[in-house]
This record gives sequence, C-alpha cells and structure tokens, in this order.
Amino acid sequence: MTQSSAKPAAQDGLAFERPLKELQSKIDELRNLSKDSHLDLSDEIATLEDRLQKQTAEVYSGLSPWERVNVARHADRPMTSDYVQLMLDDFVELHGDRVFGDDAAIVTGLASMDGVRFLLVGHRKGKTVKDRLACNFGCAHPEGYRKALQKMQLAVKMKLPIVSFINTPGAYPGIGAEERGQAAAIAKNILEMFEMPVPIICLVIGEGGSGGALGIGVGDRVGMLENSYYSVISPEGCAAILWKSGDKAPEAAEALKLTGSDLLRLGLVDKVLDEPLGGAHRDQKATVHGVKAQILSWLEELGKLSTEELLAQRYEKFRGMGNPHAPKKARK
Amino acid sequence: MSDMAWTRFGKKKDMPGGLWIKCESCGAMLFRKDFEQKHRVCSSCGYHFTLAARERIELTADPDSFEELWGDVKAYDVLGFVDKMPYGDKLKATKKKTGESDAVVTGFGTIKGIPCGLGVMNFAFLGGSMGMVVGEKLAMLCEAAVEREVPVVLFACSGGARMHEGAVSLMQMAKTCGALTRLNQAGQVSISVLTHPTTGGVTASFASVCDLTVAEPGALIGFAGPRVIATTIKKELPKGFQRSEFLLEKGQVDRIVARSDMRDELGRLLAYATGRDPVAAFQPDDKPDGDKSEAPDGGSPEPEPADGQPKAKAKAKAKAASRAKTSESGPELVIEAEAGAVDATPKPRARRKKKKE
Repeated sequence: MTQSSAKPAAQDGLAFERPLKELQSKIDELRNLSKDSHLDLSDEIATLEDRLQKQTAEVYSGLSPWERVNVARHADRPMTSDYVQLMLDDFVELHGDRVFGDDAAIVTGLASMDGVRFLLVGHRKGKTVKDRLACNFGCAHPEGYRKALQKMQLAVKMKLPIVSFINTPGAYPGIGAEERGQAAAIAKNILEMFEMPVPIICLVIGEGGSGGALGIGVGDRVGMLENSYYSVISPEGCAAILWKSGDKAPEAAEALKLTGSDLLRLGLVDKVLDEPLGGAHRDQKATVHGVKAQILSWLEELGKLSTEELLAQRYEKFRGMGNPHAPKKARK
Repeated sequence: MSDMAWTRFGKKKDMPGGLWIKCESCGAMLFRKDFEQKHRVCSSCGYHFTLAARERIELTADPDSFEELWGDVKAYDVLGFVDKMPYGDKLKATKKKTGESDAVVTGFGTIKGIPCGLGVMNFAFLGGSMGMVVGEKLAMLCEAAVEREVPVVLFACSGGARMHEGAVSLMQMAKTCGALTRLNQAGQVSISVLTHPTTGGVTASFASVCDLTVAEPGALIGFAGPRVIATTIKKELPKGFQRSEFLLEKGQVDRIVARSDMRDELGRLLAYATGRDPVAAFQPDDKPDGDKSEAPDGGSPEPEPADGQPKAKAKAKAKAASRAKTSESGPELVIEAEAGAVDATPKPRARRKKKKE
C-alpha cells in the first residue's frame, strides 16, 4: 500500500545481485578488450560466463522471501506495458471510467495475440519518473477500478475473455481515493467478477499488493510468476504493525508466506510460472514468451467449459480458500 | 488495505468494573450503569462506542429469537505465523479473554418479527479482523439465507484482514463477496451496518457491496487507516474525514442511524425488503432501551463520589465542552499496532449476564 516500490526499504533486498552484476561487468569488459585489442579472450570469457551462470542459479534458487519481494519490485522487471508491447499483435487502449476520470495506474484495452482476442486489464507502474508519478507507482484510485469494471463489462458484451495483469503495491491511500469510495470500488469489482460469464485469467507479474491486487484478481485461473509476491499487506506494513519497526520487513516477508510456492501450497493460486534464470528482469522476452504460452493454454482450456461450469467453478474455487473445516491432516 | 488498519481508540482505559467511564470522544465522565443502559452511547456528545457482538444482537434481534449457528468453527494457524507469539497461542489467549471463538457471530433470528440472517462482527477479537473463520461463517450465512429465503443483516466492525493468516485472509474478501452474489441471484436483500471502526479488507469487501448500507453516527469507515493516509500524503487530514457523516456527504452510505433507532430502522428496511408494511406493523418499540431510567439496584445515576471526584468531573466536563467546540470529527483515532491490544475490549458477556440475573 505504501509506495514501497519507490523506496526498496530499510534493508537492501537486492544486495545478492551485486556479485552477479560485478561478474557481468567483468565479462563485458573482457569482451570490449578483446574487440579493441584483437586478443583472443574467448576462453576466459567462457569460463566467466559459466561461473556467472552457476552463481546466478545458486543465488536464485536460495532467495529469501524478502529478496523475492525485491526482485518482484525490480525496475527492469517486465511490466504490463512490456507485455502489451512484446506479446500482443494488436492493442486498442480504452480510457476512462465514464464517471470521474482516467486512472493511469490501470491500463485497459482490447487485445489480440495469435488470433485470440481478449480484454487486457493491468496495473501500470510506469517506466520513467514522470510516468511513475502519473501512475502513483501502480497504486490505483477508485476510478481505476471502475474503469477496469466498465471495460470488463464491455468484454462480457463482446464475449471476450479477460486477462488481468496484477502488479501493484496496493490501492492508493489518499483523501480523494477515500472520498470516491476506494473500498467500495474494489469490493464491487470483486463481486462483479464472480458473475462475468467469460473466462478470466489473472496473473501476478510482480507485486500482488492486497485488496488493490484482488480488485482485478478474481478469475478462473490465477497464476503467479516465480519471483512475484501476493500478500494481504506489504512486508513493511506488517512489520510496522506487528514488530513495530519497518526494519523487520524481511521477518514479516518470511512470516506472511507470500511467495508463489507458498500460495500454491495454500491452494490460493493455480500455478507458479517459471522465470528465466536470474529472474524476469534478466530476460524480458523469454518471460513474456512463457506468460503468453500459459495464457493461450489456459484460454483454450477454459473455452471448453460452459458458462454454468465456468461460473460454478469460479465460485467454488474462492469459496474453498481458507477452509476452517479442513481435517487436521490436510492442514499442511 | 489491511495494511492499514488496526484501529485503537483513545489511550484511556475503560476500566472494567469502575463506576465511571470517560468518553473517548468528549472526555465526559459517564456513570457506567447509565452508559450501559444507553448501550454504550455517550450521553454528553452522542459518541457511539464499539459494541460487543452479543450485546448488538441482544439490542437488534427480537428477544430470544436469535439462534446462533457455526459457533464452533475455529481458526487454525494456517501459515505457522509467529510475531511476538505464535498465532495459535494468540488465538487461544483471545478466545479465553473474549469468550468468543472468532471475530464474528452468525445465525438467524427475527427483527421486528421479520426473519433474517445476522452476522455481527466483534472488534474485541483481534480487532475484528477477517480471517478464514469470518469469511467462512459469513459465506455459510449467505448460503443458508438463500436456502431459508430470508435477507441478511451484516454488522461490520473491523480493522481489516487478519495478517496472521496472510493471503488466506485476503481471499476471504473474495469469498464473502462471492457469497453475496448467491444472495443477489436469489433476490434476497442484504443490509450492511457500518459501525466504528470499519476499515481495510472488510470495507473493501462484503461491507461495501450490500444492497443497503447504513452507518452508526461518527464511525470511522474507510479503506486505508487515517494514519497510513496521513503518512502517504504528508498532509493533515480534513476534519471529520472518513467519518459516517463524511461518507454520507460523499454518497457512500444510504443513511446514518443512531444506535437507539437501529432496531426500528432495520425493521422498516427489512419490511420493504420482504414485502411487508413498514407503517402498520413496524411502529417503534414502546420502550426504547436507551431511555429507560430505571435504576434497578437503587443506584442513583449521579452518586456522590467519595474522594473529591466532583471537582474532577466538573473539570472534565468543561474540558469536554471546549473539545466539542474544536472538534467535529469525533475522537482522534490512533492506528495501532497490535490488534489484540485494543482497549475497547468490552467485558466478556458472561459477566454482564450474571449482573443482570
């Protein structure tokens, strides 16, 4: 909720990236050198590259939840706009909620990809400083959620499936947002998404920040990228409340069980999508490619269901989340 | 969202058993017996204190009509969450302290003779936070109301989602909204009553999407807690921000209804909702509870305190008067860390009952 993406917190959660970066720059240096001096350094370069590969694999297989949160917030990580650019054959952006305004923090539009059409809804964080400010770092206002709803209703009319890209620290906490009913806007979306008679796919591509994420997060399939997180509260917020110190964010991240594998185990998401070695920010194209394949396969799967089956399964899916009647044995 | 808000009222303790209680809003010293007869509404400024779920039901439902359901549904530590203590231990301690199994009481009863489902949140239980049990019980309530073909009335009172259950608690927002769609499909009406305080994931889910929304006066109702907002925008918040009256002005609620009128009002609304005559059959109760000035134990409402209290009281009154002038916004709410440490803890029910008997 707080604009944590702007300031990656008290502890540098990306410290683990430093040796990898150093190694990479060494490789780059050698490459330049060999180019300029016509020396054959290919053996050295190959050795270093091999080392980098191994080290990256090692580092990324052992990321702590807090480190993952920071990867999820990485500035070079593919955002909704990157998916639009790299994944779609056509995109017609549609603006405005028809009531109050056009929230830049949520992008909506008609999309086409490999002959499959759908409505795309996604949080927008922005790439430049100016953009980021315009998007409130991905923190949407009520008009953003209402825009999403209005376009999703259009999708229902056009019989288009809906694909939602979740990437927000949380919905915006501000005076205007409260005046215009932030809570009601989110709640309304959640409610309405249960009844939309078209397939809905939700993907957490970075930050899944609480209600702000869930406001476009009710779907038939919910997926998370490997280094994304989905949480009821930001680790910083949780640490401030329960540990009375924002510095305890790493502990809070651990306790909140917010990583993809945690949510998969808890039965809250359907799938965790692998990222390229070293995280999505190292290879945007490969990441987008993987996401595209997943969307197409899910859409095909869901297209086979009748509307009744689709809606019944969607209801049961969320109805079963957090089941206090579960037998003790099943509580793992 | 829920990162916001564990709200906690003023720092002064409501000393259980004390003869006097200080109003969180205006600072007036209130005679406890009188205060409780008015169902925890300040006789000086009209401030509505948080009410325990059981008392709320007693006040709202027809006598002996309420049948509690799913009272034995219990949460478990789904994450293995440990902060200062393991969540499992915290649950046990809170159950012991409050005598409740979780933060909502659900069941069916009648209001002014009209059958309805009732879901009433209990702030004393970990800040009324919504975890799997709150979500599950409210979903079961809606589903059962569809079966019984009756409307539901939901009293919200919550700091938001229960962090200790992580994303599981977040998904209860979806679960409860989903359950309301079932009610909508069946054509049954839902009424949300927003009481002080209602924030975070509860406001951003079922409490905001019922067919009718009424609020108690002066209640803090919002998505983000005021402190989170103030920190984010680095500005002072306007007077009365996020209070019921503010929400009414901004078009977010249908009506503001005082606690003393709530039962009658709900009766009227339910009459319309169920095709009954609101005028003929739903006259106000003969004896509104708050106005009874009987003092069964012979206690005078203003006894002479033993140790120089009158002076203090006069002082407090003067202070209250001056405060009332300067603040239209009700009590200063402090977002607090620990939901479990909320001071507004109403006394356990068992105790009040004994007294009555």
